[in-house]
Amino acid sequence: MLGAAPKVWAPPGIGVTAARAPGDAHVSALTSSNGPTSPNGPPAQPDLSTAVFAASGIGVRFGGLVALDDVSLAVGTGQVHGVIGPNGAGKTTLFNVCCGFVRPDAGTVLRHGKPVRNLRPHRLAGMGIARTLQGVGLFAGLTVAENVMVGADRHRRAGFAATLFALARSDRDERALRGRAMAALSELGADGYADRLPDSLPYPVQKRVALARALAAEPDLLLLDEPASGLSNDEMTELGELIRTLTDRMSVVLVEHHMDLVMSVCDRITVLDFGKVVADGTPDEVRDDPAVIDAYLGEEATHS
Amino acid sequence: MAQQIDRTGTPAAERAPAAAAPSAAAPGPGRRFAALRRRMPRSTFGRHALITLAALVAVVLVLELTSPFRNSQFATMSYYAIAAAGLTVLTGLNGQISLGHGALMAVGAYTTGLLLTGDGGLPLPVVMLVAAAVTALVGAVVGAAAARLHGPYLAGATLALAVAVPGLAIYFDTALGGEQGLPVASPHVPSWFADAVYFLSANETPTAKYLAYVGWGTLLLVLLLLANLMAARTGRVWRAVRDDEVAAELAGIRLGRVRVLAFVVSAACAGLAGAVLGIVVRLAAPSGFTIVLSLGLLTAVVVGGLGSLVGALLGSALLVFLPPAVTNIGIGAGLDGTQAAQLAPFVYGVVLVLVMLLAPSGAVGVTKKLWNRSRKNRRGPSTRRTG
Ligand SMILES: Nc1ncnc2c1ncn2[C@@H]1O[C@H](COP(=O)(O)OP(=O)(O)OP(=O)(O)O)[C@@H](O)[C@H]1O
Ligand SMILES: [Mg+2]
Repeated sequence: MLGAAPKVWAPPGIGVTAARAPGDAHVSALTSSNGPTSPNGPPAQPDLSTAVFAASGIGVRFGGLVALDDVSLAVGTGQVHGVIGPNGAGKTTLFNVCCGFVRPDAGTVLRHGKPVRNLRPHRLAGMGIARTLQGVGLFAGLTVAENVMVGADRHRRAGFAATLFALARSDRDERALRGRAMAALSELGADGYADRLPDSLPYPVQKRVALARALAAEPDLLLLDEPASGLSNDEMTELGELIRTLTDRMSVVLVEHHMDLVMSVCDRITVLDFGKVVADGTPDEVRDDPAVIDAYLGEEATHS
Repeated sequence: MAQQIDRTGTPAAERAPAAAAPSAAAPGPGRRFAALRRRMPRSTFGRHALITLAALVAVVLVLELTSPFRNSQFATMSYYAIAAAGLTVLTGLNGQISLGHGALMAVGAYTTGLLLTGDGGLPLPVVMLVAAAVTALVGAVVGAAAARLHGPYLAGATLALAVAVPGLAIYFDTALGGEQGLPVASPHVPSWFADAVYFLSANETPTAKYLAYVGWGTLLLVLLLLANLMAARTGRVWRAVRDDEVAAELAGIRLGRVRVLAFVVSAACAGLAGAVLGIVVRLAAPSGFTIVLSLGLLTAVVVGGLGSLVGALLGSALLVFLPPAVTNIGIGAGLDGTQAAQLAPFVYGVVLVLVMLLAPSGAVGVTKKLWNRSRKNRRGPSTRRTG
């Protein structure tokens, strides 16, 4: 922000690690050989220069702890890229680096092959990147429609003076933003809640509103932070289908603990363990990778 | 399945399970309200201008029909309300607390005192604009510092401002009049204005009434502009930053800029309030801008209902009209003058504590709640069961 920013600036809520119960579901999903196959066949690994978004050689230390060590990942156009790994593997930290909340000690973030210098969170929207937060992170004092209009804020035209004097330009701008917001809400089937306050809505609806807020920015890269947490199995299936329909407009990076969702939705998956990439490939390749099974079995062993 | 816990720490299983249907269009008063809205102009400007015009008519009626003493009370209320409206935007909408608004008013009042020289000098509207601009500039500096501070730190920093600015006036005593203060020239009543009032009401326009008109004209203009900001993007973004910084930043909003802008707008209002105070009181003195003034504004805003312009009006009315009313009651109950005068701050304090305890959303918040409840009751259980 202003002046010399500290190297690590993780505001409350950004780095919160979700507490998890021992996840035997993860291992069974990984080891089952008759799981769903990748929807589009095996996509090629995009190289750093053609990727919509890439991270190259990212290293992050928190004091003595190495949170990320030489982590690279490349997201191709229209791909869904999963990032998985056991607790504390560094997934959230990687996301925070991609969003500019944490400045890495090593490595670069690349957008369309070009290194992004001085990445700050408020610049993401302008770069066509939207992110949903773990939990929901909706604005409690704004109606659902207003929440999503803030998401669409990068499309605003009218300036401060137009608003101050309520010029016709400001009204037009407001109508346009509301139109974008309503379109995003109806895509997710939440337009009926437009005038409600978020706290009065059931949790799954709030998650849909949060997703609508991200979509209203019309990004070409969407970062989803545990979008399935708190959803029922049916809602999760619905979410998976929705994510697939988004791929003709944008690429998606998905951090998620629900293996079934990750395996059925992702084109490529990067697996982290103790801050290192232990596997990177299609769901089928990753599922049978001994290093991945080790990582998850190791996790299960520590829990049992 | 592994239980997921979200950022708020509430396990998913404990959240409301069933999806409630979106509320149906409310019949009864809701529909009547909608019909009224439909008859209003479609443009924000048209709607707000119409309301302002109606308010102006009410102001003229009240000022023409009340005594000179009441006129001067209304003049006092106008500058409190201007400052409170600016403060409610800062604190209620943007979540920044300020204990320094009294000091910002001082900047406006002293600027007015220095520039308003009576005959042949700058015209009053220009002086007031300059006072607002100078105070906005001070607000930008304070706001830039404040944008990085939160809660008690912000309160402390603005408190320092409240202490420092009156001290400045004493330090530069040759230019600013020291403890005695700086006399502010009383503006002449323009003859066209007196003629217009005479044409409307066949009343003369003494200076006190003219000052009340100046104060209320400024107040209505401030309210109009603030309402414009609140109805559109600026207000929405202020509230978004107040509610969730991280989510706002991810939407591309620059937190620092938004906070500084809120401070600048709020300071400009305080500057205008100071200018009106200066010409009404005819003096800008350090004793008029102590921390008591800042606290009074803050209590007015809280009592009325944070973030509401109507609340700011109600709160400042209470600030001005409650103490003399209490004093009168005290004298009526057989207390002597000093005792009765001491009763006023006591009652004011009690009212404030009661509001904090019983209705933290303020007068406007309570009215809204009652209104919503009556609507819900009239809607009946049949529509609610669809949920
Ligand atoms: N701001 C921080 N300061 C110090 N250590 C941190 C910080 N953020 C994360 N860590 C540490 O870095 C490591 C990686 O954490 P991270 O939150 O990225 O893991 P994760 O893969 O998201 O875990 P989970 O699956 O449980 O959410 C952990 O050991 C964590 O304690
Ligand atoms: Mg995490």
